[in-house]
Amino acid sequence: MLAACGLSSIDDLFAHLPEHVRLGRELAIAPGLSEMELVGELRRLAGRNRHADEFVCFAGGGAYDHYVPALVWALAGRSELYTSYTPYQPELSQGVLQALFEYQSMVCELTALEVSNASLYDGPTALVEAVHMARAATGRGRVFVSGSVDPRYVAALEAYGRGAGYRPEVFPFPYPAGGPDLGGADVAAVIVQHPDFHGLLEPVREIFEAARGQGSRTIQIFDPLSLGVLAPPGELGADIAVAEGQVLGNHLNYGGPYLGIIAARMQDVRRMPGRIVGETTDVDGQAGYVLTLQAREQHIRREKATSNICTNQTLMAVAATVYLAWLGPGGLAELGRQCAAKTRYTAERLGDLSSAELMWPGGEIFKEFVVVPRREPADVQRRLLDEGFLCGPIVDGRGLLVSVTERRTREEIDRFVKSFEEASS
Amino acid sequence: MSNIGAPVRSRGPVVALRTLKERARPGRRAWTLPELDVPSSDISEQHRRATPPDLPQVSEVDVVRHFTRLSQINYGVDTGFYPLGSCSMKYNPKVAEAVAALPGFQRLHPHQPEETVQGALELLWRLEQALCEVTGMARVTFQPPAGASGELTGLLLMRAFHTKNGDPRSKVIIPDSAHGTNPASVALSGYRVVQVPSDGRGLVDLAALERLVDTDVAGLMLTNPNTLGLFEEEIGGIAAALHRVGALLYYDGANLNAIMGRVRPGDMGFDIVHMNTHKTFATPHGGGGPGAGPVGVSARLEPFLPAPVLALDEDNGRYFWDQDRPDSIGQVHGFYGNFGVLVRAFAYVFGHGREGLREAGERAVLNANYLACLVQDVYPLAYPGRPMHEFVATAKPLRRFGVRAMDVAKRMIDLGFHPSTVYFPLVVEEAMMVEPTETETKETLDAFAEAMRQVAAEAEKDPELLHEAPVTTPVRRLDEAKAARDLRLRW
Repeated sequence: MLAACGLSSIDDLFAHLPEHVRLGRELAIAPGLSEMELVGELRRLAGRNRHADEFVCFAGGGAYDHYVPALVWALAGRSELYTSYTPYQPELSQGVLQALFEYQSMVCELTALEVSNASLYDGPTALVEAVHMARAATGRGRVFVSGSVDPRYVAALEAYGRGAGYRPEVFPFPYPAGGPDLGGADVAAVIVQHPDFHGLLEPVREIFEAARGQGSRTIQIFDPLSLGVLAPPGELGADIAVAEGQVLGNHLNYGGPYLGIIAARMQDVRRMPGRIVGETTDVDGQAGYVLTLQAREQHIRREKATSNICTNQTLMAVAATVYLAWLGPGGLAELGRQCAAKTRYTAERLGDLSSAELMWPGGEIFKEFVVVPRREPADVQRRLLDEGFLCGPIVDGRGLLVSVTERRTREEIDRFVKSFEEASS
Repeated sequence: MSNIGAPVRSRGPVVALRTLKERARPGRRAWTLPELDVPSSDISEQHRRATPPDLPQVSEVDVVRHFTRLSQINYGVDTGFYPLGSCSMKYNPKVAEAVAALPGFQRLHPHQPEETVQGALELLWRLEQALCEVTGMARVTFQPPAGASGELTGLLLMRAFHTKNGDPRSKVIIPDSAHGTNPASVALSGYRVVQVPSDGRGLVDLAALERLVDTDVAGLMLTNPNTLGLFEEEIGGIAAALHRVGALLYYDGANLNAIMGRVRPGDMGFDIVHMNTHKTFATPHGGGGPGAGPVGVSARLEPFLPAPVLALDEDNGRYFWDQDRPDSIGQVHGFYGNFGVLVRAFAYVFGHGREGLREAGERAVLNANYLACLVQDVYPLAYPGRPMHEFVATAKPLRRFGVRAMDVAKRMIDLGFHPSTVYFPLVVEEAMMVEPTETETKETLDAFAEAMRQVAAEAEKDPELLHEAPVTTPVRRLDEAKAARDLRLRW
């Protein structure tokens, strides 16, 4: 091959690289491992972790131990899908394109909104994109965020806001009757999480009504698995809805890869970030799918693009599509009923303990809630770990978030409550 | 017509392209759940959903056949050669999938206390050290979930650095050949884009750059080898020009694959480096993602890294997340980045080791040069310099037959290949950007070159064959203008 290029050694290929930048030594990285050794080493590392099957998992706060049916990764894991690139040649990529079109369709159905993109990185970065859309749509600057929003979402707004030139302003929670003025003429976005970081159902309609006054964009952070039982963002008055899509058939993966979901109304379709798949026809009139509205995107618009996103989380969106197809409307409703019932049962039992109290007794909850133990929460969390229970994160330095998915049985919950009593006394 | 590439898919029955919604029938279901074993509890009326979402009602076998069929009409690296320039579509080793699926990685909750995830943190620590060595940087953050996110993170680091020094500055310079994410990321970081032209060699015009550089320039974003596949030989002069005014150099690691183990961005004068794990470290691209975009920085930028920062307590050998980072730019991902992707990158880096990484780069460059030699008399190279791991050719000579680069690409599909990137970089007319990667054999490259040459010959003899292509795929050329005009973005 070298001879075909008129060269005699590999070094000739690099001869034009300036001497002063060459490394001139070997990399200080160990010699390569055989596959067997590599698997052994990674098994050793994996073995140093305690994973969610070695605990009974009551942890929440943005990542949840929902059941992942066998077919999800049997299908999303087919290598024709996972070893492909972004579908730049649509004739060779109809599989991924159609799956994304179906994903977009299901997200619209779930949220009762009109348009979804083909995925973003995760929940918090999806919120950052939603705020970017809202600021562009309104031509305004201020961003209001409810005090009951997961602090990780607020942190993301703070980090990216430094570049974009805004600071999120937190409004009080619980939202006071006749609360602060969210409808000012300089407000771009009003953000509510529902169910919120503490697991509570929020008076979303009321807040969005107050916000709508002078045309700011209303943004809801939602839980996709709540939408079989809870009224969808579109009906609550959200203009844009974002979510962490990990719950839709994706593994816990120590925080990633997850799935950023974003949906909006058609008024904002040209301000949406990232890839969008559209249906069209081929030269024979047969239906097919392509990436569309690309004039929004970085490879065409460069510094005027709606976002810089290029690589997204397509595979996670495909997994979500398979999962939602498995679940259907009946499964989604039943799963929501089970999460709510099990969570409320657990909260009631924990609330009855003399060594703990609920942070928001009487508040309506869906899939998680905050319990305040008499002892240090970090201490209680550690003692529960020793008993084989994972819960958290710690909230406001005094509470523990407890999340109860469809996977938890009454027997596990009762044991957890008993251990919690011992750990917090 | 000869078919010399990977087996071409049959067009298959049209009925197979039905959507899930069209497959659905009321009352069908795939889901199962245990009976509820606690008292049921109603959602209050004010919060209850009145109308269920209209999701498809399908059986399990419907779901399986549907997505199996979709996979059959999709082309991946496992299907065949995938020489998309600028995308580095190398083979994704199966062992990486196997280890990433270990429950000890896949079933870790991100809110688990540190003492229960020491293996995961050790993996990240060792991967960080290896990436620091490959790039010549002091520290690496794993938070950015993709390359573009790494770019924006890097620019926010740049802004934090200059702000701390009392002058945030207002401009970032990028070459006109840069990938679109560069200017888009600059805009989101609050900086203004200033473009520097390429010279006749396809390299940064150093004289033009020197005229643009002043004390209001925060930095320069550069890909090296650049987006035309050429090494910026005057990198020494470029770095000096920027450093003279206190500006930083940002290395876009899209093309790091070419120089691994031979040249390090840190030794070229760069302060910030992002890597694309799906390009350099063979993590699968998933049909569009997930990626991972680790960002490395020199010591003077370390205080600004996204919090939390991974740390090792030397006294007891325990890893922990250091939250106490007063100068941090904050959190750029919801958790710690795309951990599952990083496990795969770890498998690649330590499976290859020091010789393997260097050889990967060498073979990538050799494959690109070999392939360029086989086709350049028909598809001339856009620039005369020696290509590195990819080359930009042009289909301009075929224009006299009424044939465009897109026609060549579509005809290549009928010959069983995924075509190269076309119409990128934007600065080259009828661009065909070819990146074979190191994992391809000589036989594959020979067959691809033969097909490229066949298509050029057909362009002269029978241009209609190219205009009609593809004819072997489940759908033929799609009307993109119609898609953007008559928006159908959902069922």
